[in-house]
Amino acid sequence: MDFALTDAQEALREAVARICRGFGDEYWLERDRHGGFPSDFHQALARDGWLGICMPAEYGGAGLGLAEAAIMMQAIAESGAGMSGASAVHINIFGLNPVVVFGSDAQKRRMLPPLIAGREKACFAVTEPNAGLDTTHLTTRAEKRGDRYVVNGQKVWISTAQVAGKMLLLARTTPIEQVRKSTQGLSLFYTTLDRSRVEVREIEKMGRKSVDSNQVFFDGLEVPEDDLIGEEGRGFEYILHGLNPERVLIAAEAVGLGFAALARATAYAKERVVFGRPIGQNQAIQHPLAENWMELEAARLMVMNAAWQYDTGRPCGAAANAAKYLAGEAGFKACQQAVMTHGGYGYAKEYHVERFLREVMIPRIAPVSPQLVLCYIAERVLGLPKSY
Amino acid sequence: MKILVPVKRVVDYNVKVRVKSDGTGVETAGVKMSMNPFDEIAVEEAVRLKEKGVATEIVAVSMGVAASAETIRTALAMGADRGILVETDVDLQPLAVAKLLKAIVAKEAPNLIIMGKQAIDDDMSATGQMLAALLGWPQGTFASKVAIEGDGVTVVREVDGGLETVALTLPAIVTTDLRLNEPRYASLPNIMKARKKPIETLKPADLGVDPAPRLTVLTVAEPPKRQAGVKVGSVAELVAKLKTEAKVI
Ligand SMILES: Cc1cc2nc3c(=O)[nH]c(=O)nc-3n(C[C@H](O)[C@H](O)[C@H](O)COP(=O)(O)OP(=O)(O)OC[C@H]3O[C@@H](n4cnc5c(N)ncnc54)[C@H](O)[C@@H]3O)c2cc1C
Repeated sequence: MDFALTDAQEALREAVARICRGFGDEYWLERDRHGGFPSDFHQALARDGWLGICMPAEYGGAGLGLAEAAIMMQAIAESGAGMSGASAVHINIFGLNPVVVFGSDAQKRRMLPPLIAGREKACFAVTEPNAGLDTTHLTTRAEKRGDRYVVNGQKVWISTAQVAGKMLLLARTTPIEQVRKSTQGLSLFYTTLDRSRVEVREIEKMGRKSVDSNQVFFDGLEVPEDDLIGEEGRGFEYILHGLNPERVLIAAEAVGLGFAALARATAYAKERVVFGRPIGQNQAIQHPLAENWMELEAARLMVMNAAWQYDTGRPCGAAANAAKYLAGEAGFKACQQAVMTHGGYGYAKEYHVERFLREVMIPRIAPVSPQLVLCYIAERVLGLPKSY
Repeated sequence: MKILVPVKRVVDYNVKVRVKSDGTGVETAGVKMSMNPFDEIAVEEAVRLKEKGVATEIVAVSMGVAASAETIRTALAMGADRGILVETDVDLQPLAVAKLLKAIVAKEAPNLIIMGKQAIDDDMSATGQMLAALLGWPQGTFASKVAIEGDGVTVVREVDGGLETVALTLPAIVTTDLRLNEPRYASLPNIMKARKKPIETLKPADLGVDPAPRLTVLTVAEPPKRQAGVKVGSVAELVAKLKTEAKVI
């Protein structure tokens, strides 16, 4: 068993970190203050091919695995770009996995290269106000009319819908009363976000101001049948396929953000002198930071374990969910501790850690809540009765 | 035109260097290593010459432990075409490196060698000059501008007090200074391609060179800690201290 990153993985982490160094703390502080999608950051990664890290080589990607993508996303968040940087590119990394796995060759040729090149941006539209985590009970309808589907309904929390030209959309094609199981009758589309038929309203939120999240209203959006991915009615199954990798990536982002916070806290603890000694000489300051390091490192190992399972074709549900939970919690604790370590200054924007704390709530909550991860582990790993 | 670019694996410039407790050197175990920054500038300059159509092939050479292959990979990812690793665990001093490079030059017959003006580990700033002497080639050291014209190269050098321009006849050696260019980041497709580019591995003996150190390091020590300065309240106090304490005026 070898836990070290390979030389190639180290090289790519370093290359990503170097790009990120061009977008320093002031850049992200400014984005946090005034918003505005970090297009130059997105373009810098696209220009050097990073958006296609997991995409198949025949469509312009690098064909690397989830492990490499996780290393990349951790490096982005850890650079201080946090969730603002990570979410700006997150969907590109694995979001279109259902298209890669279930799309036709013609669809892949049409859909993947513009995304990899950074010419197109996509958003991922699953969550609905009246379904929440109970995804199969979503009510957005896509009705077949001739050679197209007509979509009506509503989504919520859809990130980057302000700037995206494309949308990966999960909608119901067969009413829930007409299917045997609620997981059936949902279909997946990758289609143009036609703003004459879709209204996108930004949600004012706690952090990550530069990467928008939105309420999305569909009012007769027409989707050509060519934009249906795989078979009609099997969309939920296809989405499930991409959920584990997505959890692994978000976990890697939380770990990165946690390490960014820990680095700031540690540096401050060494520097700040009160009562004639650096505050970091006090165990009440250093022990929680030591604990943060151990928890983040443990979460990182779970991330890499889950990624390895996925990349080697093993079932990875338990590890992916565990990674997401552990990373979300460890990241949160590290960010909170970083604010506390800075004392009053931790509350000042200039010290960046309060921004980290606001952002780290995202990988705790989304794409699945900690409670639902616990439900999953209890049921699937421990064999306890299903609770939800 | 073929360009040879020597690249050295050194402790990363971001790492706080620590002296080994026995004073025999600096700690490198578990320390992040990278390509010497001046060598990155050299690779960048060579790649730009290739992009302009001036150079046709770039060969990156590294000498030292097996892990130096990774430094070569970095150069390949930036745009070098192939690599040569001279593998040895011997602690290589500038003269040994220059001799090994001379042997590689005999084998490869490059028209131009672009190398860092110094490596940030020992800051010797000697290898380029030694190699020029061994080969009997002209040298343009501390370059901040390089232009190939016909069978010559014009080098603007950073010297004390200003810039000096020298014209050299190829084949020649150029050593890079900081302002020559800003090295690029390797793109992902290029990192992938680099893994397929060939690296030839040789031993010093294959090149007929004895790399044994000629200098003996007696001890390596940390520089003395800087003492805190003194704050003075006024110009008068400053002048007084300079007179009575520092005794410089
Ligand atoms: C910043 C941000 C960006 C997002 N981006 C996207 C996006 O791009 N695309 C997208 O589709 N979605 C996105 N989401 C949505 C996100 O995935 C959902 O918010 C998340 O899945 C939770 O759903 P919900 O908000 O409806 O919570 P609910 O389902 O309403 O749950 C509320 C709370 O109740 C708990 N709960 C519910 N049921 C149970 C149970 N049976 N047992 C125990 N506890 C339970 C949950 O754990 C949670 O704490 C984003 C969210 C945020 C905050």
